Amino acid sequence: MAVLEQILKNGEQPILKVVDLHTSFTTDNGEVQAVNGLSFNLNPGTTLGIVGESGSGKSVTAYSIMRILESNGHVTQGKILFNGEDISKYSEKQMADFRGNKISIIFQDPMTSLNPVYTVGNQIVEAITLHQQVGREEAKAEAIEMLKQVGINDAERRFRQYPHELSGGMRQRVMIAMALVSKPSILIADEPTTALDVTIQAQILELMQELQKKYHMAIIIVTHDLGVIAQMADEIVVMYGGRICERGTAEDIFYNPCHEYTKGLLKSIPNVDNMKEKLIPIEGSPINLLNLPKGCAFCARCSKAMKICLEQVPPELRMPDGHLASCWINVRDNNYIVDEEAAA
Amino acid sequence: MSEANKSEYLVEVKNLKQYFPVRTGFMKTVPLKAVDDVSFAIRPGETLGLVGESGCGKTTVGRTLLHLYKPTGGEIYFEGKQVTEKNIGEFRKDMQMVFQDPYSSLDPRMTVEDIIGEPLDVHKLYSTKEERHQKVIELMNLVGLNAEHATRYVHEFSGGQRQRIGIARALAVNPKFIVCDEAVSALDVSIQAQVINMFEELQEKLGVAYLFIAHDLLVVHHISDRIAVMYLGRMVEMADADELNENPIHPYTLSLLSAVPVPDPKTAKASQRIILEGDVPSPLNMPSGCAFRTRCRYATEQCAKECPALTDRGNGHMVACWNR
Repeated sequence: MAVLEQILKNGEQPILKVVDLHTSFTTDNGEVQAVNGLSFNLNPGTTLGIVGESGSGKSVTAYSIMRILESNGHVTQGKILFNGEDISKYSEKQMADFRGNKISIIFQDPMTSLNPVYTVGNQIVEAITLHQQVGREEAKAEAIEMLKQVGINDAERRFRQYPHELSGGMRQRVMIAMALVSKPSILIADEPTTALDVTIQAQILELMQELQKKYHMAIIIVTHDLGVIAQMADEIVVMYGGRICERGTAEDIFYNPCHEYTKGLLKSIPNVDNMKEKLIPIEGSPINLLNLPKGCAFCARCSKAMKICLEQVPPELRMPDGHLASCWINVRDNNYIVDEEAAA
Repeated sequence: MSEANKSEYLVEVKNLKQYFPVRTGFMKTVPLKAVDDVSFAIRPGETLGLVGESGCGKTTVGRTLLHLYKPTGGEIYFEGKQVTEKNIGEFRKDMQMVFQDPYSSLDPRMTVEDIIGEPLDVHKLYSTKEERHQKVIELMNLVGLNAEHATRYVHEFSGGQRQRIGIARALAVNPKFIVCDEAVSALDVSIQAQVINMFEELQEKLGVAYLFIAHDLLVVHHISDRIAVMYLGRMVEMADADELNENPIHPYTLSLLSAVPVPDPKTAKASQRIILEGDVPSPLNMPSGCAFRTRCRYATEQCAKECPALTDRGNGHMVACWNR
């Protein structure tokens, strides 16, 4: 019943639903809680941005969805629902069929994710024949068509080249071509432009938006760059220390942040309207995941931390404008609305 | 800023050239023109931002300026005195450098006290051990490090703290000029702001001048008094920071600025980008004339024939372009 209501309400059901995801790594120094109770929804054809600094668990979230964690990492709790089906229960064989077919991923450094001893064409053909029943010639034609789609000129020649013969921007285009051969419904982009120059970054981001429209594909973009997030994301998830700080539309997060970390983050970047204004940094050092505080992950660096922040994890509450934030200050100031959906 | 006369410059660089020989075959080398004919000047206590994409030669400018590479051509002046290979020793104390990667630019086997104290040893700036220790403690306090951590090793510190160690080391000899080569690029946003603020505070306190090399245009705009833009080894535009951002003239600067993702959803989604076609040409196979012409929508025949020189378009706004 609730599902039906939601369909009526949103018009569409989220294509991906992550519910209470926990991921941890077993290390010599103990169990590292990299992701700690993360939930979000992704609607078809929209872009979700996951933003956070190093160690916030944003990449681990992406890898948990794709199940490509390092061997010492494991999802300990939570559901990952793709079209209502829990893919975290999939067998390794099911997952191999699913990965790259329904959801694809591209990485920060295209040089290390392409195989240097095979031509790029070869690698794209491999991706095609893995998921589709086509012959080699057909696959080759499709691969060349895909290279053209991602804006590579002279695709026939590039098809025969090795990764080292291409520039960084071109390699990332090849990665995108490879990721999209099976027309996945979701593309996960893990810091896709961090290694690229700003003019090349603009090319790649535009390409992603163009292809998104064409294939009606949902995108999860993981980045630390608030500029990239602002340009790309419809909705944003802000993470700190493996926990979610707040989530909502891009406008809600940028214009009405309700978590002290998000507020601090936005104040620590240069103000576009007044460049000479002094930056207000977040004091202190990044969090140590081996030694997470009992309460809010951000409390050690928060200038407004209260006693309760140190002791209890803040609940996720709906803000008056409709987005969700987890900060005790909202409870203190009574700045939330009671929301049955979130409570459920 | 008033029109300055030459003598008030702290650092002056004239027609700096840095070519690296690249082997292309047996007994065959071609020069890679990493920096070609670059001139600029920095006043005491001023920050000049240097921006450009990877491979444009901005780091090489910084290193050649400090004679970490022997310049192929051009002149460097510090306080009016020419810096040459022979007398660079005299200037080492006044010109320092902070590197990008605080993980590889600090010796992992040395304690923080020894890292910061090393320049003091080199320049013999103390008479007793106690004095050296005191100086190190002062420097650590200056950059916001806990002085109790002087006996620790670098691996015990976070990225932001390591960068502070690197800065304390540069400041140890009381320099008048520091080259900051991507000094905040490796840091997380919230930590980046701490370090940027520290650079600004140190400038106010000590009057040190910076050559601030970075690729993040928002950060450079924030910290710099003036900004210079490089493309393939040449300087294409230089102006006051606000002037450059409000009124960019060179087509490369225009597309560079429009490519910057603005951290504001409404502006970012509404803004019209000038997307450059293609990639930066290889510096080994540079286009004739203006290096940017292969990607420039204003390019004409003249651009292929001759390389435009930097000319003053008023108020010190220097541009190297034939058509704009």
